[in-house]
Amino acid sequence: MSIVADTSILARREGTSGRLSDFFWRNPKILLLLMLTPPLLWLGVIYLGSLFALLLQSFFSIDDFSGLINYEFTLATYRQLLIPSNFDIILRTVLMAALVTLASAAIAFPIAYYAARYAKGKWKVVFYLGVMLPLWSSYLVKVYAWKLILAKEGIVTWAFAKLHLSWLLDAWLSLPVVGGSSLSISYTGTFIVFIYVWMPFMILPIQAALERVPGNLIEASADLGGHPAQTFRHVLFPLALPGIIAGSIFTFSLTLGDYIIPQIIGSSRLFIGQAVYAQQGTAGNIPLAAAFSVVPIVIMGLYLWMAKRQGAFDAL
Amino acid sequence: MTAVLFQQVSRHFGTVRAVDSVDLAIAEGEFFAMLGPSGSGKTTCLRLMAGFEQPTSGHIEIFGETAEGVPPYRRNVNTVFQDYALFPHLSILENVAYGLMVKGVGKAERLKAAEEALAMVKLPGYGARRPGQLSGGQRQRVALARALVNRPRVLLLDEPLGALDLKLREQMQEELKSLQKSLGITFVFVTHDQGEALSMADRIAVFSDGRIQQLGTPEEVYKKPKTRFVADFVGSSNVLPPDFVRTLGFGDSYASLRPEAITLGDGLGRKNFAGRVVATSFLGAANRVTVEAAGARIAAMTPASIAPPALGETVTLSFLPEDLHPMDGAR
Repeated sequence: MSIVADTSILARREGTSGRLSDFFWRNPKILLLLMLTPPLLWLGVIYLGSLFALLLQSFFSIDDFSGLINYEFTLATYRQLLIPSNFDIILRTVLMAALVTLASAAIAFPIAYYAARYAKGKWKVVFYLGVMLPLWSSYLVKVYAWKLILAKEGIVTWAFAKLHLSWLLDAWLSLPVVGGSSLSISYTGTFIVFIYVWMPFMILPIQAALERVPGNLIEASADLGGHPAQTFRHVLFPLALPGIIAGSIFTFSLTLGDYIIPQIIGSSRLFIGQAVYAQQGTAGNIPLAAAFSVVPIVIMGLYLWMAKRQGAFDAL
Repeated sequence: MTAVLFQQVSRHFGTVRAVDSVDLAIAEGEFFAMLGPSGSGKTTCLRLMAGFEQPTSGHIEIFGETAEGVPPYRRNVNTVFQDYALFPHLSILENVAYGLMVKGVGKAERLKAAEEALAMVKLPGYGARRPGQLSGGQRQRVALARALVNRPRVLLLDEPLGALDLKLREQMQEELKSLQKSLGITFVFVTHDQGEALSMADRIAVFSDGRIQQLGTPEEVYKKPKTRFVADFVGSSNVLPPDFVRTLGFGDSYASLRPEAITLGDGLGRKNFAGRVVATSFLGAANRVTVEAAGARIAAMTPASIAPPALGETVTLSFLPEDLHPMDGAR
């Protein structure tokens, strides 16, 4: 039998699969609809729906005496966010998230730049492995490992001592706010661990953005008289900005919502995530927990709106 | 004054000798073409002038000043890139004003200069658009304006017309030539298109394997190719083997003979030979008749008004003795 057909139109494959193939080929939109319906239902109903239900809770209030939820719309719960002890939590978290994001971007950019511009072949694999490898191990294990690393008896203290730099570490720890009795129970420790844990989420989007910047744009800038700093400011940075914004969405929102790192490493003062955890758990104050969780959403919304207004997405 | 001077310049990439002991002197105000196939070292030479590459050995001067070790942003030399390299996040006007902006020229002044440069390349009023909204030919003009607005002492053009279609290319060739004449700036032009080099350049350097095979005016390079490579690459010269050259009554070396120097039939003072027609093709303005003679394939251009001979026919062909050029360095 010849493998070359001798008719100009080939017969349809036997059975339903053949009929289905032909049907979907003629009606590609039906296939698209079939493929998209389950994820859209998941996203629309279960995911956004439950988020909306949570938001709704924030407009209820709790009866201080009975501890029962009062299902009348009120802004009283939001007013509670503004009392100093709660507002401090918000301020502390937002400040930490902002600092973590800035520091992550500053550390991630050179790494991403190297990977996008110089790493080839084997080195590219090494880069991806190096960036992704920490994500393969448990988040909790990493955080507890950091607790040991940063502890008074840990390797950091030891290294400072060996380098005869203990005075430097002590001077830092004696500073107000960022200091503490050891790194593992200071804001500095929380900051370091946040940066470590979220770093891959900053590196990868920046690397992807830089990967798309043709090398000759950098040459063109230099050719036109742009010094390296000017080339960075006027060409490289604007073109990498969508990637930096994408990365900062990750680091910023992940820091805003995290409740484990500040609980294990840091001073015992609360972050938003811990406040939500405490309010919905032990305190049983679901409305306040919901109001707290609205804060990161509003902040992220404002952040993206400002980024868009600044033209951060023009290069997309 | 010498605009660009290369003394024994080499640029090696590992074991590859991209540029190998090149000597070159480009005069001020000259339209200089570097012609060669891809990988011949012409683009690396251009990048050495721009400062994107540093020579492995040798000496480079730009207007008498030592250029090796000087970064691109300190050279008063500008490049029109092969794929234009326009900044996608900036408007056309900002693109053109970029060079002045990084040099600290005030906003009003640099935008005015950019507008003028756009008018010079016949794109007035396009300033507000983005590079993505322009056609290839328009982007090419923007790249030209962006380089020229800086009044460079040398303008480097890296296959600037390569991506354009034929009609546009011919138009741009003329415009480039007249721009160069009116501005008086030294143009160094890289191309693999011999027609482009011949029609535009004052002088041509033909590159192969990282070396300059021949340097001369278009006429010299076209009519008197020094090596087989030049004869092959520039135009479509016939390269006659030594045996055949000897039977025609010349010395014992390879020789070049231009197809258009050969006519059908014999004449007074002409050298003739017989050949069997193996192919004919109609080229519009002329017919190309390829014959086989003494084991060599020889092409002749004959006027389109005369019907070409039939395939297999044996014809007499002739040429003037001075049109045959023996080549040195022939293998």
